[in-house]
Parts: sequence; structure tokens; C-alpha cells
Amino acid sequence: MPDLGPHAAFIIAAYGVTFVVVAALTFFIVEDDRKQRRLLADFELRGIRRRSASTPAKPKGGTAEKPARKRGP
Amino acid sequence: MVSLANPTRFLNLVDRIVPWLAAATLILVGTGLYLAFFVAPPDYQQGETVKIMFIHVPAAWLAMFGYMLIAVAALGTLIWRHPLADVAAKTAAPIGATFTFIALVTGSLWGKPMWGTYWVWDARLTSVLVLFLLYLGLLALWQAIEEPGRAGRAAAILALVGAVNVPIIHYSVVWWNTLHQPASVFRMGGPTIDPSLLAPLLVMALAFTLLFVLLHLISMRAEILRRRVRARQQTQIERAALVET
Repeated sequence: MPDLGPHAAFIIAAYGVTFVVVAALTFFIVEDDRKQRRLLADFELRGIRRRSASTPAKPKGGTAEKPARKRGP
Repeated sequence: MVSLANPTRFLNLVDRIVPWLAAATLILVGTGLYLAFFVAPPDYQQGETVKIMFIHVPAAWLAMFGYMLIAVAALGTLIWRHPLADVAAKTAAPIGATFTFIALVTGSLWGKPMWGTYWVWDARLTSVLVLFLLYLGLLALWQAIEEPGRAGRAAAILALVGAVNVPIIHYSVVWWNTLHQPASVFRMGGPTIDPSLLAPLLVMALAFTLLFVLLHLISMRAEILRRRVRARQQTQIERAALVET
């Protein structure tokens, strides 16, 4: 570690706060992503799918995804 | 771009991009920290405290970038009704708020040894604080309205009204006499920072930008999945009601 001079405490505090805050944000975002994946997988297992997924798709150039777009993501 | 309006295609793209983006972010953060702590010399006036610049300035840039992203997404929600615009805006808000918070805190920690005070109500600092409050307002609005479509439209209006603050932040050091220094990187006539300090700053700025994009993409994926979960919960409730009748 290089010598940070007489104001080392301010430099360490700035980097420390940044690290903690970014780590917390990353944790919450990644954890939320995992949670939603788990919940969705659970619905799939129980056979509860999107309404568009249960309607038969056209063989070629079908519009199977269009109804989903109308309802949003 | 048009094909990405389809959330399923967007999710497939995010799944492919995220691992590469995470690796690039880690490499750039590592390189930036190495340059900041072991290569960059102390500033002739500020000494080693100039190291705070390598996190403060990128955080401040991304605070404004995040809000501009929300404002553009707000246009997408209100005018083009792009299916992902509302998702992009909602998920950019907590990330932008975090970077604004980092800019405020690191700025205070840099200000104390350099200016002799943690805080002063000058135009730059105050306008960034207003930006942070705008972010908090947007987050509160999304939390307050349950139906995502309505919440998205209300937040889009607030986001567009608040966007006037971004040029105020940028030009505050030009328009008013502030304690905060004027722009020294993006300015007419080129940067005034010595290349030995500019190089680590730009690497850290790129690293922070990739981190922002990475977190935003993961967050957007989570939000799309959350809405699909919500739709399935609705289907489940409808089925249960049918069985009862």
C-alpha cells in the first residue's frame, strides 16, 4: 500500500464507502434477479405459463410472441 | 434495436452479454485501482487526496448519465410506448441514485481536506443534491403506484420535468461563482489535467460505466421477470376464482 500522506483517512473513507455501497447495490440486484428466476421457475414447474405460451404457435413466421408484447414485458 | 423491443429477445441478449460484461468490468476496475494507487503521482497542489477524484468524478458523471437515461426512457414510455422503456427507467433509478450518493459522499470527503469544509451550499453541490432528491422522488413514485403501467407514466412525467436539472448541474460552475472547480476534462480547448492523472481517471470512468451498464442490464432482466411472475400470479388467482365458481 503506498503512503497516502496526511489525509489518508479521507482517501480510505472515500474508497471504503464506495466499495460498501457498490457491493450492497450489486448484492441486492443480483439477489433480486435470482429470486425472480426462482419464482418464475416455480410457476413453470406448476404448469402456470403465459397465456400466449398455451396458445398454439403458427408453424412458420408465426406471431406467437405478439400477444405477449401487447401486455408488456 | 427494433427487435430488442421484444422482451424475450432482450432477455436472450442479456443472458449472452452479462458474463462478458462482468469480466470486462472486473478487469477494468482492477486496472483502474492499480493505476490510481501505484502509478498516478500525487497532485502538486492536492497531494494524494487527488486519488479521491478517480471515484468522485466517474460517480458524478454516471449520476447525470443515469438521469439522462431515465429522461430518454421517459420519452420512450410517453411517446413511443416502447415495452422496455418503462423497465429501463425504473431500473436505472436506484443505480443512478447510488452513484449520486457516492459522488456526494466522496465529494464531501475530498472537500474537507481541500476546502476546509464537508459541505457548502454552492450551485454545483446543491444541484447534485437536488438530483439525488429527484432520484428518491422517482423511486418513491414507483413504489406508491402498484400498477406498473400507471406508475411508469407518472414517473416519466416527473423524470422529464426533473431533466432540466442536468444542464444546470453541468453549467453551474460556469454560470455561478462556486467553490467547486470548473470542468477540467470535457471542455473547449481540451482537458487541463496532466496525462498521468487523466489516464487513470478515464480508465476508472470506463470501469464505472461498464459497472452501471452491467447492473442495469441485470436489473432490467429481474424487472421483466418480476412482471412475468406478477402475470402468472394473476393467472393463478383467476384460475382459483374459476374453480370456486
